[in-house]
Amino acid sequence: MLSSDLQTKSLELTHLDRLEAESIHIMREVMADAAKPVMLYSVGKDSAVMLHLARKAFYPSPPPFPLLHVDTTWKFQAMYELRDRMAAESGMDLIVYQNPEAKERGINPFDHGPLHTDMWKTEGLKQALDLHGFDVAFGGARRDEEKSRAKERIFSFRTATHGWDPKKQRPELWNLYNARKAKGESIRVFPISNWTELDIWQYIARENIPIVPLYFAAPRPTVERDGLLLMVDDDRFPLLPGETPVERSVRFRTLGCYPLTGAVESEASTLSEVIQEMLLTTTSERQGRIIDKDGGDASMEKKKQEGYF
Amino acid sequence: MTDPIYVTDALIAEDIDAYLEQHQQKSLLRFITCGSVDDGKSTLIGRLLYDSKMIFEDQLAALEADSKRVGTQGQEIDFALLVDGLAAEREQGITIDVAYRFFTTEKRKFIVADTPGHEQYTRNMVTGASTADLAVILIDARKGVLTQTRRHSFLAHLIGIKHIVLAVNKMDLVGYDKTVFDRIALAYRAFASEIGITNFTAIPISGFKGDNITALSDNTPWFKGPALIEHLETVEIGSTADEAKPFRLPVQWVNRPNLDFRGFSGQLASGKVKPGDAVRILPSGKMTTVDRIVTLDGDLDEAVAGQSVTLTLADEVDCSRGDVISAADAPPEAADQFEATLVWMADEAMIAGRAYWLKLATQSVSATIQQPKYEINVNTLDHLAAKTLELNGIGVVELSTDKPIVFETYGDNRTLGGFILIDKLTNATVAAGMLHFSLRRAQNVHWQATDIDRDMRASLKNQRPALLWFTGLSGSGKSTIANLVEKKLHRMNRHSFLLDGDNVRHGLNRDLGFTEADRIENIRRVGEVAKLMSDAGLIVITAFISPFRVEREMVRSMLPEGEFIEVFIDTPLAEAEKRDVKGLYKKARAGQLKNFTGIDSPYEAPENPEIRIDTTAMTPEEAADLIIDRLLG
Repeated sequence: MLSSDLQTKSLELTHLDRLEAESIHIMREVMADAAKPVMLYSVGKDSAVMLHLARKAFYPSPPPFPLLHVDTTWKFQAMYELRDRMAAESGMDLIVYQNPEAKERGINPFDHGPLHTDMWKTEGLKQALDLHGFDVAFGGARRDEEKSRAKERIFSFRTATHGWDPKKQRPELWNLYNARKAKGESIRVFPISNWTELDIWQYIARENIPIVPLYFAAPRPTVERDGLLLMVDDDRFPLLPGETPVERSVRFRTLGCYPLTGAVESEASTLSEVIQEMLLTTTSERQGRIIDKDGGDASMEKKKQEGYF
Repeated sequence: MTDPIYVTDALIAEDIDAYLEQHQQKSLLRFITCGSVDDGKSTLIGRLLYDSKMIFEDQLAALEADSKRVGTQGQEIDFALLVDGLAAEREQGITIDVAYRFFTTEKRKFIVADTPGHEQYTRNMVTGASTADLAVILIDARKGVLTQTRRHSFLAHLIGIKHIVLAVNKMDLVGYDKTVFDRIALAYRAFASEIGITNFTAIPISGFKGDNITALSDNTPWFKGPALIEHLETVEIGSTADEAKPFRLPVQWVNRPNLDFRGFSGQLASGKVKPGDAVRILPSGKMTTVDRIVTLDGDLDEAVAGQSVTLTLADEVDCSRGDVISAADAPPEAADQFEATLVWMADEAMIAGRAYWLKLATQSVSATIQQPKYEINVNTLDHLAAKTLELNGIGVVELSTDKPIVFETYGDNRTLGGFILIDKLTNATVAAGMLHFSLRRAQNVHWQATDIDRDMRASLKNQRPALLWFTGLSGSGKSTIANLVEKKLHRMNRHSFLLDGDNVRHGLNRDLGFTEADRIENIRRVGEVAKLMSDAGLIVITAFISPFRVEREMVRSMLPEGEFIEVFIDTPLAEAEKRDVKGLYKKARAGQLKNFTGIDSPYEAPENPEIRIDTTAMTPEEAADLIIDRLLG
């Protein structure tokens, strides 16, 4: 771990201090106009940082909104464990939503391809927001992740049908956010828009934020398929003829549904080593994600217009 | 190119903890790049990302493939493709929005706002500039100082950016000629001093080739530095200047977890604060002292500008969102009339006299804007007469708010001097503004308290004052029914006054025409007169088309709750046109009358009128009886 003198703050605000202050400001600003806010919690490292910032923003009160996990039933077991623990620790309500139609039809990443993401995540999210009548949803997206996100506002408007129109975005000046909306419209708010992957890791280190152990390397059963290293997280994983899980020392740079998330071979088992590996690596973090690639170049932008986070 | 600035891999590999410690002490610089696609702006940003190793192999592979497919640099890497994000933009080959990019060096983390340079994207540039500490103004070495250079420099200066970098780009295309660079820098200096930019740093670069970006280039031995990155890493940023100013904390949220704790959460706009400091709550002016500075990490001994904290106060004083906790010995002022510069950002032009929401720090109020004193031509900087501001228009206006706001001039404090205007119907952000100063009349014209109040006047007349506001199309029957209502009231010994649209235009409002702005002013004045009359205890009846919902709501907000009674005379357009009592519809259809409601100007019907009269279902007599029933019943 990092040496203890790293934890003491210098008098001048560092870039992490400034990012933290900005995110807290954004979260508090939401409370001025929101009728029923919710925080989308995906259990990944960005969600972990966002949740930590929310606890700071409203301390000593607990964050004045629930956590929403749009579940696909295909997340890693370790994610479910941390999710339940963090909800209990933060004193916030946890709402878990699973699209009943996807459940009934047994939609899964092995047999249904892109339909899996569409039904569990995109449709599931819309259904959950509509069901509870949430008018503002915090999300942990960062602008450095993907090109269309680089241009998205911190307060991002969605029509009554959850659509996003990149041409109709409101100008955002200074730290003034216009959170007014018509009935039926909702806002996605991204308080960590200006954080980079490195900032996230450094902040996790500085603040000792709990994250899913899958981010650290350990021997795990894996198979290699279509150029991705997939972890066999439970017995629902259908092995192809000739496939046998192989124990490899792997970790994950990003977490999603386990059959869709590629691992990297690694020996990095501490936070410092993970950051070290990240700084020395030559591929971007979303590279292990299948979701960005179907539909070609503007895939994420298209998904956002359809209502994906 | 090899560059000494980024040789950090060794430290990362050898001693990651040492590296992290070094990295954690970095400061943050936000800057904006100004220029058009032709100046190589996207290429420069792509280059900065590339050189600072912010581009990974998979992204690079995609970039190389894209460069060959749609790039403009032949077989070479087209860095511009890295930063032109949205699909539509890629097709058109231009950037149409603000994109934020991130990179980091040994000394600093950077956030770059990338905005388009053409005049039609002035609003985007202003948006990007609003959070920037520094502006990089790009010039094509082959073209020199152009109109757009002047525009970009003016806008950067307007928004208060203190550090200007003049990046003379494409030096490779002029043979790295020193005289070209010198001539451009000289020409720029002359212009810059004209608009008040006293200091700038000129750097000859090639974004495409990488000259003088990360390190001094051998191609320009005559240039002694600094290279662009070196300058960005070392320029002093204003955070310490903000700390030296008096303490201000706009309250965002009142933190009340239980009865024993009451804290005030917000981000320090300027100054510092310690427990025990004497503070004043604005606008009430109440004094108290700071008790604790509460954070999840424990109480702080001190908080400085830029930090988000929660304060508790020693006394139980009124304090809520929108209030500003400030240094007791140097409080900001509160006022309700101002001069300001506005940058118009909406497709719909500004409407003088219309009420907009104004958001400044954590305060939200209703504000009306006067016709601009002048508009500024962003290319020539000339002052022009103007009746309104269109998209991208910049002008100086006077504005008034419905209640006093705590403020400072924009030059002193961006947080308490910068504001946005929001359209009340569409909720769109329509303008950004910067306060110059409050107008004297707001400070010196006070409300004169009178001993006889409105209730006493009304009780003498034995009635409850009210404003019956008739609205409806021309020819709908407003005047006819309003007249009948007044006759009946008179017979019942009620004191009333009928304000008729046509009559008012012969006197009080004879200086007004029929443009949208004039029609709004017409309604505002009628509203003020009706308010005075209701204060006098009268039942006021008005008959105006008053087609816009916002204006009717404006009058409603002037009167005490429940006294404004909206009477919607609901006659279908076809029916009103058929009646055409004054022959106006015929004229309008023939094109002789412009802006005629229902024909070429909209009528926004009331959504929830107190009284709705369907004139196709009852006679004027019946209508009048119904209205009186509702009024007195």
